[in-house]
Amino acid sequence: MIKKISKFQPESFEFSEANLLEAKNEMKKYPKDKKGSAVIALLYLVQKQNENWIPLPAVKYVAKLLNLPYIQVYEVATFYSMFNLSPVGKYFVQVCTTTPCMIRGSQKIKNLCRQHISKNQNELSENKLCSWMEVECLGACVNAPVMQVNEDYYEDLNENETEKIIQSLLNDKLPSPGSVKNRKNTSPENGKTTLLEVKNA
Amino acid sequence: MLKDEDRIFKNLYNDLGWDIESAIKRGDWEQTKNFISKGKDWIIKEIKDSELRGRGGAGFPTGLKLSFAPKNVGSRPHYLVINADESEPGTCKDRDILRFEPQKLIEGCLVSSYAISAHTCYIYIRGEYIREGQQLQKAINQAYEKNFLGKNACGSGWDLDIYIHYGAGAYICGEETALLESLEGKKGLPRLKPPFPALVGLYGCPTIVNNVETIAVIPSILKRGAKWFSSLGKPKNTGTKIFCISGNVNNPCNVEEEMGIPLKDLIEKHAGGVIGGWNNLQAVIPGGSSMPLLPKNICETITMDFDSLIKVKSGLGTAGIVVINNDQDIIKCMARIAKFYQHESCGQCTPCREGTGWMRRMLDRMVNGEATYKEVDLLHDVTKQIEGHTICAFGEGSAWPVQGLLRHFKKEIIKRCHEEPLIKKKSNIPYLIDQHLLEKDSA
Repeated sequence: MIKKISKFQPESFEFSEANLLEAKNEMKKYPKDKKGSAVIALLYLVQKQNENWIPLPAVKYVAKLLNLPYIQVYEVATFYSMFNLSPVGKYFVQVCTTTPCMIRGSQKIKNLCRQHISKNQNELSENKLCSWMEVECLGACVNAPVMQVNEDYYEDLNENETEKIIQSLLNDKLPSPGSVKNRKNTSPENGKTTLLEVKNA
Repeated sequence: MLKDEDRIFKNLYNDLGWDIESAIKRGDWEQTKNFISKGKDWIIKEIKDSELRGRGGAGFPTGLKLSFAPKNVGSRPHYLVINADESEPGTCKDRDILRFEPQKLIEGCLVSSYAISAHTCYIYIRGEYIREGQQLQKAINQAYEKNFLGKNACGSGWDLDIYIHYGAGAYICGEETALLESLEGKKGLPRLKPPFPALVGLYGCPTIVNNVETIAVIPSILKRGAKWFSSLGKPKNTGTKIFCISGNVNNPCNVEEEMGIPLKDLIEKHAGGVIGGWNNLQAVIPGGSSMPLLPKNICETITMDFDSLIKVKSGLGTAGIVVINNDQDIIKCMARIAKFYQHESCGQCTPCREGTGWMRRMLDRMVNGEATYKEVDLLHDVTKQIEGHTICAFGEGSAWPVQGLLRHFKKEIIKRCHEEPLIKKKSNIPYLIDQHLLEKDSA
């Protein structure tokens, strides 16, 4: 998939003091002459600072900081699907639609996003707060269907609860994450079949 | 059924607390110093004797893999890399280990790092698991506070630092050499092998890459002995395994069971049965999306271990079981998986880059009943052109599920096909190989 790069780019980009410190901490994880390894971590920091997307001046900035060729950072920013190169909503909804979620009804979740957030993926909602997109497997298949909003997973979704979550996001409120059925993590919904009497010794 | 005392991951559902104090009460870090004092050869021999096979999909013997690291550290340091880039559709076992049993993983990292002479360990977590990564970082910090990590880790005399490295949403980074590329700050493109990572891996240094679950079970093997572990399961397919049962079942769940458990038991006993009853079962994907599906008649008797599944031309893979019942359109399910592979192909090898899209377009046409009879064989041919012609196993991973569909559900597909290509009727279908026919007509 070719990524859309925003037509509107800021003139320049610089890390805030706190983020610069964090960036330096990330770089410390790797050997002295291999600081380039931190490129993904730094691009995440850019996203965090810049409302969930990476402008091109930031790509240049990160390249300079890590002493890498601009093209290498650009390559990384375009290769990995979690980097947004054009603005997304403050609440960025990612709906998993791969087979395990699909057969548990992710189409309905997608339709709700269409109905309430925006007609097409990657478009901002009317109040500019939300955007949504279809993603590949989020790795929470036994809690299907799932969607991710920013950093949190919302699991075991059904139409009613999803609509509530979306409405809450549109009202600028992040609902509490996890299973909407109040199920305990990945245990079977109607009671455990294993680990019935284990205790911390 | 496996007894609770034989289960390794007692906190799989977080009923007992994930913090280090609770983990210590469950027996983690109890004998770590003792294991290390017995020496590298003892650790590797014990793992070899346990017949533990890698839990990341390929099922390679773990003891053998650890023994590939050079015996003596030369001018280049050794690295241990943990593959926590869990992205195979149907699989979500490592997520629970990262969240709820992090100390088992960290203890395993220390023991295995010592066994391969590594002082640095990187845990590569998929980017979407932000919360899981944060929790793991807390667990790592707790271990540092107790001096279980860092200089003279756990009083063993061995120094070890563990760092978390996030991915950013690329399935291909679960392939070990792509993972190393990504860890070096590049695009996740798999490397040609040989040289294998055990000799030339991260930064060109000897590197051992292992799955989360593999490393997390090692402390339990050492504690309870190789004999205990190999007494569970079947010969060459020993031990316990976390199964993820998703799809059309009443109670989808993760559950730790003995290797070689019948698939039917897993579905009926743990996952509450197929929605609509066992007779409503259509097919099961037994090991994550890249393993060929099994039709109902095989599901009746099949046991879940590496070798039994290979015999029916499938595989245990990551043990992500996706149950599909008769309410689903099986071709559509597979077309969606084909779309997944098209999206995730890194584009380095032409057969995979072009073939995944080709398979997806054909399957989409089959779902909509737009394909011709000829295309059924052509589809099989395309899968054969991809399989074995790529740098990494992604090619096989994308071709096998389609081959599985053709093997078991050819009748279903043929029912929907036509004699004449619709393209001749000037229907506007964007379809790569018949494009020239359209052009002739308009000329």
